[in-house]
Amino acid sequence: MKRRDYDAVIVGGGHNGLVNAAYLARAGLDVLVLERRPVLGGAAVTEEVYPGFQYCVCSYVVSLLRPEIIQDLELARHGLEILPLESTFTPLPNGDYLVRWADHDQTRRELYRHSPRDAEAYDEFGKLMLQLAMAVKPILGMAPPDPGSMRPGNLAKMARLGRHFRDLGSEKLAALVKLMTMSSADYLDEWFETEGLKATMAASGIIGTFLGPRSPGTAYVLLHHYMGEIDGAFRAWGFARGGTGAVSEAIASAARSLGAEIRTEASVERILNEGGRAVGVALESGEEIRARLVVSGLDPKRTFLGLLEPDELPSEFVDSIRHFRIRGSSGKVNLALAELPDFTALPGVGPHLRGAMSISPSVEYLERAYDDAKYGEFSRRPYMDIILPSMIDPSMAPPGKHVMSIFVQYAPYALNGGWDDERREAFGDTVIDTLCQYAPNVRDAIIHRQVVTPADMEETFGLTEGNIFHGELSLHQLFFLRPAPAWANYRTPLANLYQCGSGTHPGGGVCGAPGRLAAQQILKEHRP
Amino acid sequence: MLRGTPFHPRTAALCQAHNWRRWAGCIVAGSYELLHDREYFAIRTAAALIDVSPLYKYHVTGPDAELFLNRLIPRDVARCAVHQVLYTPWCDQAGKIIDDGTLSRLDTDAFRLTAAEPNLRWLQDVAAGLDVTIGDITEALAALALQGPASREILKRISDVPLDDLGFFRLTHARVAGIPATISRTGYTGDLGYELWVEAAQAVALWDGLVEAGAAYGLIPAGILALDVARIEAGLPLLDVDYIPANKALIEERKSSPFELDLGWTVKLDKGPFVGRQALAAENERGPEWQFQGLEIEWDSIERLYAEAGLPPGLPATAWRTSVPVYSGGEQVGYATSGCWSPILKQYIALAHLRSAWAAPGTRLEMEVTVEHRRKRAEARVVKKPFYDPPRKRAVETAP
Repeated sequence: MKRRDYDAVIVGGGHNGLVNAAYLARAGLDVLVLERRPVLGGAAVTEEVYPGFQYCVCSYVVSLLRPEIIQDLELARHGLEILPLESTFTPLPNGDYLVRWADHDQTRRELYRHSPRDAEAYDEFGKLMLQLAMAVKPILGMAPPDPGSMRPGNLAKMARLGRHFRDLGSEKLAALVKLMTMSSADYLDEWFETEGLKATMAASGIIGTFLGPRSPGTAYVLLHHYMGEIDGAFRAWGFARGGTGAVSEAIASAARSLGAEIRTEASVERILNEGGRAVGVALESGEEIRARLVVSGLDPKRTFLGLLEPDELPSEFVDSIRHFRIRGSSGKVNLALAELPDFTALPGVGPHLRGAMSISPSVEYLERAYDDAKYGEFSRRPYMDIILPSMIDPSMAPPGKHVMSIFVQYAPYALNGGWDDERREAFGDTVIDTLCQYAPNVRDAIIHRQVVTPADMEETFGLTEGNIFHGELSLHQLFFLRPAPAWANYRTPLANLYQCGSGTHPGGGVCGAPGRLAAQQILKEHRP
Repeated sequence: MLRGTPFHPRTAALCQAHNWRRWAGCIVAGSYELLHDREYFAIRTAAALIDVSPLYKYHVTGPDAELFLNRLIPRDVARCAVHQVLYTPWCDQAGKIIDDGTLSRLDTDAFRLTAAEPNLRWLQDVAAGLDVTIGDITEALAALALQGPASREILKRISDVPLDDLGFFRLTHARVAGIPATISRTGYTGDLGYELWVEAAQAVALWDGLVEAGAAYGLIPAGILALDVARIEAGLPLLDVDYIPANKALIEERKSSPFELDLGWTVKLDKGPFVGRQALAAENERGPEWQFQGLEIEWDSIERLYAEAGLPPGLPATAWRTSVPVYSGGEQVGYATSGCWSPILKQYIALAHLRSAWAAPGTRLEMEVTVEHRRKRAEARVVKKPFYDPPRKRAVETAP
């Protein structure tokens, strides 16, 4: 076989690696993607774990997949269909419930039932969040400047950023500073009084972090939730037909059609370094693949501490990567069900089963769940974000049967005594016990159960410590600090090595932005 | 599901058009008949029943009720007599309008405020520290407008109080068809008319009583489409259509002050402190940037534009609620937010936000009209509102 050099080899066929590959191929680069597993998508996969039932094994919603990516890569033509996920249903321990519906009047009426004040505050809160999201969004679309650099391009970017914040006006700037410094629970306390509402909203500030709703800094993550609202008409939040794996499949198909080559079951062992330059990769099989540049879609720890030796990188850099917070805090339970869950609070089949179901009755509930995790145990009563993919896309399960995706927090990676089969099943039992407090019929409806612990996420999907965002989305790890100071522009201390995963700006979620922004940076420096 | 109003059992049965519209989370009839024309003319020539229950309603009581309301609204509540009603906007700290409605003084320490949007949270916040109770009675209280020249005669037949001397923007308590009700001489049509306020449970009985008493006078139910034409003729602004509430506006430019909405007459700067006074005093000094005026679109101009396309003049069949650019020469100097063909004036009219320099009555402007897929400009003239203002609206004796 004749060996040839590629322009770029991309390590990891997750959605960001695939987006990156597609953009590079689109620009005319000769691109190869290497994926360790037999399936593409990384954590964005759909797998038939049990015959006839399609599981979104890890990630389960499409959060903020950038419209420009969908358009640039013609993902609709490659099979991507994002279906709306419109409501959030929170059953409450007192037998009542709270739903936020897609329709404004309907939501207002529902909130009014719990608190007339909250029903009104909800609109104004939404307006402020939208204004702030609009203020922050241009930043997310920009490759971050390095505040320490005096290069003219950087200074211009910093100046633009400064002007941007000045133009916000004092009222919005104050709100933004509050969001940056307060806990989500404290911030929400300033607006609302209904526990179930506050907790369900606060939950979006703790997903993927090892923090509780009362931990400072979590308020900012609330804002991420509203980013998608800017594209309201576009409905960026949703469930991909065929599950999250279908997103990866569509991107892979686009990448291939643009000329990218994709290999599965090709595990990269190390990055080849010749004189401080990345020149290719070595596979576990012993094969060496040479390329002008290497792009890693893996998390920063795996890239810099796993694929390179410490002496190949500056020691300060290695140090900051070592201190990069990547504590896994969540697990997944996927169920094949013989029938739909029947919630005691809102019995029967209804539209609430087509949206998210949130086990988040109160802020205290969430904080207690965090307390367990702080001391090395999984939550005895965890926060759960549940969807029924088969209610949105019936082809996910055999006719009349259903699949349920349960995101569970907290499940610490560093469990006391470590994770093993017994603890995994105990964790699964806790999740089912908790769910059955609200929908008792689930227990007998289970045909098959898959429990994914943070240890499994590391083992199977290569997510260090099982962190779903390739590094916690907390303030000290965002923007020009993601993943390390001075290296937030997708470049690395090793020449011709780039990074494009969720561990880079703007971070996790199936949004594809890191993959695209990294490609833009690469193309600036390496025109074909 | 959206809720029906307390009159829904009756209105649903009558709504031949099945033309339901959303209003404040309720469904109400757009029109009952297939065309709304007859419903409009009932308002102007006989009498019409209009279900206005979706209005938000707040009951304000307590020793500090007057103090609180004087803090809330720019009008002077101290000068509002018992059984008097005030139309009023209310503003945020920057003097931009949050909402508008009527304030009824039921007693010395008891008021009722109507609003287009939920305002409980704002009212409670403004009432901080005051001895006042604010109750949301939106769903508990049904509201029915009886509007039109025959409305007084109809109401007199089934009320136990004299109505001939009930003045414009005054109220009285009465039994109507045996049902305890508050009658206020108010409405959104600019005509002689009343609004009846009753417990929700009594709504259907009140409806039946009025329908029976009104049959001989040509009373029919009228929907929102007919009401919209009447309120444009009366020059009355509509929230979310003619202005965006300040607490919902995403950008500053979308907000309006009372001066900018031609409601400067409601602002009593010398009455004492109220929310937005400082900003409004400053605006009063420098004069508003915008004004809210009437536009009459010239018939000849419309006729000419359509003739150029080989068509007879086209006119809107219902009132429109979109933003339409208004020009002076080549420059856009404003935008119209509501407009309709006035069936009684036989005139194409619109309500428009105009930069002050172009807002004086008599100013000749142009309004955009689309004729056969092409944007044209029709000649228009700034006029004072209301377009239609019959003397019977305010008269205290029955019109002959």
